[in-house]
Amino acid sequence: MDAMVRELSYAQAIQEAMAIAMDMDERVFLMGEDIGVYGGAFQVTGDLVERFGTERVIDTPISELGGAGVAVGAAVTGMRPIFEFQFSDFATLAMEQIVNQAAKMRFMLGGEVSVPVVMRFPAGSGTGAAAQHSQSLEAWLGHVPGLKVIQPATPYDAKGMLLAAVADPDPVMIFEHKLLYKAKGPVPEGYYTVPIGKADIRREGRDLTIVATSIMVQKALDAAAVLEAEGIDVEVVDLRTIRPMDKQTVIDSVKKTSRLMCVYEAVKTLGIGAEVSAMIAESEAFDYLDAPIVRLGGAETPIPYNPELEKATVPQVPDIITAARDLVKGVR
Amino acid sequence: MATAKAVADSRANLPFVYRQYSAEQLKQVLYKMYLIRRFEEGAEESYTRGLIHGTMHLSIGQEASAMGICMPLGEDDQITSTHRGHGHCIAKGAEVKRMFAEFFGKTTGYCKGRGGSMHIADVAKGNLGANGIVGGGIPIAVGAALSSKMMKTGKVVVSFFGDGANNEGAFHEALNMAAVWKLPVIFVCENNGYGMSTSTDRSTAVKNIAERAAAYSMPGVIVNGNIFSEVAEASYKAVERARAGEGPTLIESKTYRHRGHSKSDRNRYRTKEEIEDWMSNRDPITLFENELREFGFIDDKGIEAIRETVAQEIADGIEFAKASPSPDISETGNYVYTEQA
Repeated sequence: MDAMVRELSYAQAIQEAMAIAMDMDERVFLMGEDIGVYGGAFQVTGDLVERFGTERVIDTPISELGGAGVAVGAAVTGMRPIFEFQFSDFATLAMEQIVNQAAKMRFMLGGEVSVPVVMRFPAGSGTGAAAQHSQSLEAWLGHVPGLKVIQPATPYDAKGMLLAAVADPDPVMIFEHKLLYKAKGPVPEGYYTVPIGKADIRREGRDLTIVATSIMVQKALDAAAVLEAEGIDVEVVDLRTIRPMDKQTVIDSVKKTSRLMCVYEAVKTLGIGAEVSAMIAESEAFDYLDAPIVRLGGAETPIPYNPELEKATVPQVPDIITAARDLVKGVR
Repeated sequence: MATAKAVADSRANLPFVYRQYSAEQLKQVLYKMYLIRRFEEGAEESYTRGLIHGTMHLSIGQEASAMGICMPLGEDDQITSTHRGHGHCIAKGAEVKRMFAEFFGKTTGYCKGRGGSMHIADVAKGNLGANGIVGGGIPIAVGAALSSKMMKTGKVVVSFFGDGANNEGAFHEALNMAAVWKLPVIFVCENNGYGMSTSTDRSTAVKNIAERAAAYSMPGVIVNGNIFSEVAEASYKAVERARAGEGPTLIESKTYRHRGHSKSDRNRYRTKEEIEDWMSNRDPITLFENELREFGFIDDKGIEAIRETVAQEIADGIEFAKASPSPDISETGNYVYTEQA
């Protein structure tokens, strides 16, 4: 069987990456709530505790602030912790350690230490878990110098970027959309990395650049397939890393297509779309624009419980199709 | 040798440190207590003269606590410190000239001028850093202790914090995890009576912060933080316990800061009489000096020699800081991320 065609789910790809990292380097260990025998709230750690034992797959108390701080302290003193938040929303309980300590320690100490901690955040809506278990807070952390923030959109990238994160000397925050965990895709066996800070052109096109993140990448591709039948040729850029952002790939794409749309699940205002739009407005690509930039983001509300309302809160494929059609045809 | 036995016998009834450590070691402690005191005074004066900007939190009056806790630690052992952390830094082995340089914002400072007083660190000597966030260093110390256990390095980690931190969630989460995992960490609460202006009576439900230890099944020890021997003895026992794999200890070191919380403090929340009492009757350096003299470890001449050495070291340190270069503005972005080839 050809190893290249092997398919894994996004969750399996992450689990395999963690196992490889732990096999390769005894300093790597996992911490988080119910990641041991329970296997993690989304079964991402699965049975790793059976393979690596409770000393390297550590169930923490329900103590996000303290747990994150322990991970930071372990990272500064020679270990390579991978800390799982049960839900990305719980980052709010640990912001002190993430923002004030992990992100700044190297800087404050004049480069005397590095903080090689990886934190994983199951994020996003669509699971009916309502307002406190469905947020997309990646832009919060993307605003903090000292952190690296990534959003892999495929099983291949989930594995390769996690391995890149473990190898990275600085704190890397990984936002994993919960609805992607079961998505399948080709994942090579063995060790490989996908670089942090590099966007990926997932579909080439001439008429419009869609910069998408996380689960919105697949939605943009689905929309692009429909639009192709209408003669609209969409280029889809998977941003993959929001800090440090790969500006050049986006600039080059916009210079080619002359139109830009940003699609992301997080609340629309003051988010990644604003950053990408402003970045383009400040760049040489601005002169190439044939139409105003469009942002499709989450509604200005908490995520509701009702499934129909929940879907309506974040961009869906038909929303992308309509917005793209209007943008290309100049309808405003 | 009969001499050694005679020395031991003569010390048998003395407090812990006089039985445990040599005269040379104890004189070194007095020297370092003076070094901390004069460093703080030198920093304060430099601030007043406009040579240091920002703010600072002076630990004058808490020297015995820093020195006592660090006494049984080895160079490989580690500490996390607080915004009132100059004394901890010196006690763990830092050079005052590089501390002054940091406060002056110079490249020769411990943090190359990026951290200042509130982030003073000396990683090579095991000081993982002061912290601007109350309680911020406590979980980090537990993480360092987890590293020690996982990597089997035998290191003990001390987390210094103040009475204010005992009401932070990080304190409780960290103590619980350290106890559950039996980690080699010592939690040292330097209770100086006030979290900024709010007294522990008004902020803390328990009379003694050491009582909090019961909630996390670890020993809670109260010491007079102004008596060096008491602090050192408690630390010694806690270090032994940690090294033996028996887990953490909470030490409450009751002490007092002679100065205000920071440079903005008008001392409206405590009386002149209270401050005067602590300065005149319970000064940790005077208390230690009196004991050393009484027990025959040092004479007035020896004390004077220490004071002179310290005064020179402080003067030299300030000169070193003044003469050191400032970082170039073009280097503002350095150290945000690890430089990679």
